[in-house]
Amino acid sequence: MTALFALELSYWQETVLKVVGVLAAVLIPAGAFVQLFLFKMVSHLQSRLGPMEAGPHGSLQAIAEVGKFIQKEDIIPERADRFVFKLAPYVVVMTVLLVYLVIPFGPDMYFANLDAGVFYALAVSSVSVIGVLIAGWASANKYSLMGAIRAAGQLIAYELPLVLAVVGVVIQAGTMNLQGIVAIQAQGEIFGWGAIGNPFILTQFVGLFIFMVAIQAELTQTPFDMPIAESELITGYMTEYSGLRFLLFFIAEFAAVGAFGALAATLWLGGWYLPGLDFDANYMNVVGPIILFAKIMLVAFVVFWVRFTYPRLREDQLQAFAWKFLIPLSLINIVATGVLKVVF
Amino acid sequence: MTVTEHERAFITSTLSESRINLEIESDGMTLNLGPQHPATHGTLRIIVKLDGEQIVACEPTMGYMHRGYEKLCEFRTFPQVTTLVNRIDWLSHFANEVPFILAAEQLMGVEAPPRAQYIRTVFFEMARLGNITLFLGEMGLQLGAMTALFYAFRDREHVLNLLEAVTGGRFHPNFDRIGGLKDDLPKGWIDETKAVMKKIRGFCDQMETLVMGNEIFQTRTRGIGVIPKDVALGYGLSGANARASGVDLDLRRDNPDIAMAWKHADFKVWTHPDGDSFARYWVRLQEVRESTHIIDQLLDGIPAGPIMAKVPRIIKVPAGEAYVQTENPLGWMGYYVVSKGDLGPFRVKIRTASFNNVSVLPWVAKGLYVPDIVTVLASLYFILGDIDR
Amino acid sequence: MSSADTGTEVTEEAPAVDERRDAIVAAVAARLGDAVVGSHVEPGVDVWVRVTRDGWAEAAQAVHDLGFTFFDFLSAIDWYPNIHGKNEEPPTNPITVPATSAELEHGVTGGETRFQLIARVFSPEQKLGVHLRCDLPDDDLSAPTWSRIYPGADWNEREVCEMFGIDFPGHPNLVHLYLPGGFEGHPLRKDFPLLARHVKPWPGLVDVEAMPGEPDDDAEAEGSEAE
Repeated sequence: MTALFALELSYWQETVLKVVGVLAAVLIPAGAFVQLFLFKMVSHLQSRLGPMEAGPHGSLQAIAEVGKFIQKEDIIPERADRFVFKLAPYVVVMTVLLVYLVIPFGPDMYFANLDAGVFYALAVSSVSVIGVLIAGWASANKYSLMGAIRAAGQLIAYELPLVLAVVGVVIQAGTMNLQGIVAIQAQGEIFGWGAIGNPFILTQFVGLFIFMVAIQAELTQTPFDMPIAESELITGYMTEYSGLRFLLFFIAEFAAVGAFGALAATLWLGGWYLPGLDFDANYMNVVGPIILFAKIMLVAFVVFWVRFTYPRLREDQLQAFAWKFLIPLSLINIVATGVLKVVF
Repeated sequence: MTVTEHERAFITSTLSESRINLEIESDGMTLNLGPQHPATHGTLRIIVKLDGEQIVACEPTMGYMHRGYEKLCEFRTFPQVTTLVNRIDWLSHFANEVPFILAAEQLMGVEAPPRAQYIRTVFFEMARLGNITLFLGEMGLQLGAMTALFYAFRDREHVLNLLEAVTGGRFHPNFDRIGGLKDDLPKGWIDETKAVMKKIRGFCDQMETLVMGNEIFQTRTRGIGVIPKDVALGYGLSGANARASGVDLDLRRDNPDIAMAWKHADFKVWTHPDGDSFARYWVRLQEVRESTHIIDQLLDGIPAGPIMAKVPRIIKVPAGEAYVQTENPLGWMGYYVVSKGDLGPFRVKIRTASFNNVSVLPWVAKGLYVPDIVTVLASLYFILGDIDR
Repeated sequence: MSSADTGTEVTEEAPAVDERRDAIVAAVAARLGDAVVGSHVEPGVDVWVRVTRDGWAEAAQAVHDLGFTFFDFLSAIDWYPNIHGKNEEPPTNPITVPATSAELEHGVTGGETRFQLIARVFSPEQKLGVHLRCDLPDDDLSAPTWSRIYPGADWNEREVCEMFGIDFPGHPNLVHLYLPGGFEGHPLRKDFPLLARHVKPWPGLVDVEAMPGEPDDDAEAEGSEAE
C-alpha cells in the first residue's frame, strides 16, 4: 500500500495507517448499510418512507443515531458480571475487524497478504460466537440467556456449511490466498474465452447459495434470527445493552454483513476486479475499492431483502435445515468440484 | 437488583397464587412473558415453566387492564353505556355496541328501520375488516415477517377513511343509537366503498402469497397448537378459532331472528378441520374476503327510508332480561342485560370472545416450545380489553 | 313482554308457542325432576330454566348430555337494589332498601334469594341456547363447580368468586382472576360503592335531557313516552 504513494514509512507509521484504514474500511460499509438498507431500502419495501428528518431525505440519520447512542447513560444490571458484560461487545467487534485484514481491496491495497487467507478469515469470524455467549450469560436476564444458548447452537451449526462451501472455491482456485483467488478469477478463461475471466459464481453457484444461507444464519438475520427473535426475546443476548455498548454490537452486526459480503464478493464475484480493466495498473488501487464496495452492497442487498421478507424458523427446524440439508449439499458440491477439477 | 426479604415475600405470595413456586427452581426455568412483551398484544402476563425450551406448565395472569365494565354499566344510562362499551374490544369499535343496543331494543320492543339495519350490518362488517386485516399482517410480524404488518396498515387505512367519511371517527365511530343510527350515508360513499372492497381483496391475495404461501410460515404454523373440536366447544371457543377446529357455527347465519341484515346477503361460512394455527389464519383470511362480498351485496340492495325508529328522547327500557349475541370479529360477544325499568341497566353481564379464547391457553401450551407459544397466541388473536373488560 | 312489532318491518310474527324451546324445558325437567323449580320461555327469543342449588352440577351434566356442549358464560346477579344510585335520580324517587331477601324483586323465572347464578350453554346442532339459574342461600354462598363438565367454566367461576364472594367447592384453582392479591371486598356486589361517584357526582348531570317528571324545554312530541 505504501508503494502507491512512493513513501517510505517506518513500521509504526505503517501500523497506524493500517489501523486507521481498517476502521475506515469497517465503519464506511457499516454506516452505508445502516443508512441505505436498514432505513431507506427497507422502508420503501414496506411502503413507507423511513426517516426523513435528519438531513435531506433523512440521509444523515446514521450520524444522528451514532450521536444518540453515544450520549446515553451507561446502564449495567446490578446482578450482571461486570467485567464480562463490558468485554462482550469488544470481542464481537474485534473479530469483525480482524476479518477485514485479509480482504484485498486492490492490487496493492491490502492490510496483510496471508497465504492462508481464507482459513484465517473463517477461523477468526467464528470467535464472535464467544462474544455472543458471554453477552447473554453476563446479562443476568433469562431472555438474554435463552438468546445466547440459541445463538451458540445456531452459529456453530452454520459454521460447517460456511466452511464447506468455501472449500469448493479453494479446490477450484488451488490456493487459499485471497489475492491469488482474485487473480485466478481475473485471468482465468472459460473454455478458452477470456473476455470476462472466470468468476467462480458460474461454476460454484451451489457453493454461493450455501454460503449466502450460511451467512444469513451467521449474521443472525431472519429467517435465522432465533437468537434475537424480536417478538419473543426482545433483542435476545443484546437485551440489557444500551448506549455505546449497544452501538458496538450494532456496528459489529453491520460490519459483519460487510465482511461476509466482501468474502462472498472476493471468492465468487471476482473481488475488486472488473473484466476489461488492467489488472496491475496503479489506478486500480483507487478504483478497486470502489468496485469491491459496489459488490459488497449487492450481496448486502440480497441479505437484507431476505431478512425483511421471510418469517423466522424455529430453533429445531433451523438445526435440521443445517444438518440435514445444507451440509450434505455442500459435501456433494465438494465432491463434484474435485471430480470436475481433475477432469478439466 | 437485590431483592430484599420483603420484596421476596411479596413476589412469592403473588406467584404462589399462580401455583408456581419461586424457591424451588431445580427443575427447569420459570419465565415471565409479559406484562410488557411484544408477543402478548398488550398487558397479559403468562408465567411459563420451562424444561429447556419446552413448556411444562403455563398460567396466564390477567387483570392488568380490568376496568370494571360491569360495575360501570350499572351507573350509567343506556345511551351512556354504548359509548362505554365501544372500548371493550377497541379494534372492532362499532361491533361492540351492536349486541347491547339490540338487547335494549328487544326489551323496548322497537326495531330499527330496514335501512338502519342494512347500514348497521355494513359497519359491523367493516369493523370486522379493520380488525382482521390487522391480524393478517400482525401474525406475520409475530413470526418474524415484519413487512406484512406494514402492508396491513396501509390497506386498513382505506377502511378507516371510509368510516371517517361517514361518522367523523376512525377508531370509535359512536354512530349507533338505540333505535337506529345517528346519521345517513353521505353521497358517493357507496361507490367509494365498493372500490375499497376491491383493494381489500387484492390485499388478501397479497397476504395469501406473501405470508400464507411462505414455506417457513407453514412450517411454523402447521400442526402447532391443535385444538380438537370437543375441547373447543367445552371451553367456549368462538368465531374463527372454533371454525378452524371444525365447528360449523356462525351466528350471522344461525341466528336469523336478529334485527340485522345478514339474512339478506348470501355468504359462505368457512371451516377448516385441522384446528392448528395455520387453520386459524386460513379461516380468517377467507372471512375477510367473504366480508367484502357481504358488504358489496348489502350496499347493492340497501333500501331507502328512515334511519331512526320512533324512540323517546329519554330512553327508559322496560323491566326484563335479554341476551343478544353477535358474531363479532374476535368471536361471540353477548350482553345479558337486566333492566328494572329505569334510565340505566340493573346488571349487564358482558360475554366477551377473547375471555374464552384465551382460557384454552393452559391446555394448548403443554409440550409446546417457547416460539410456539408466540405462534399460538398470535393465531388465537385476542384483544386485552376484550379479556379484561 | 310483547314481541317486536311497532310498525317497522318485521320478518314474521313471533310464534305464540315455541315448540323447540318448550321441548328443551321438558327434556331438562324429565332428567332433573324436582331440581327444576321454574322456567320461562320467551317465544322465538330465549328460554330460562331455574334449578335448585344442589342440582346445579347435575343440571350441567343434563344439558351437556342433551347436546348443549358449547359453553357460553357463567355469572351471577345480585338482586339487591343499587343503593348508591346514579346520582341523577331526583329526590322524588328515593330507593327503598328492602329489609330481607324476600322483598327483592327478581327477574324472569322468579327467585327467592339475593344472589343468583346464571349460566348459558348453547347447542351447536340445534342452534339454540338455554339459560340456567339457581338461587344461592344467603348464609351459604357456594355452588358446585361446573369446571369438570365444562372446562370453560374455570375462569368464569374464578371471576364470580372474586366479584361476588361465591365459593365453588371442587374448583381446582379458585384464586383471583382480575383483582390483585390483597384486594378486600367484592366489587360487583351492590353494596360495594363505586368510589368515583363518592368523590365526585356524576358529570352527566349537565346533560341536555330533562329529568322524567320535570317539564322538558324541547318539544316532547318526538315520540311517545316509554311509560
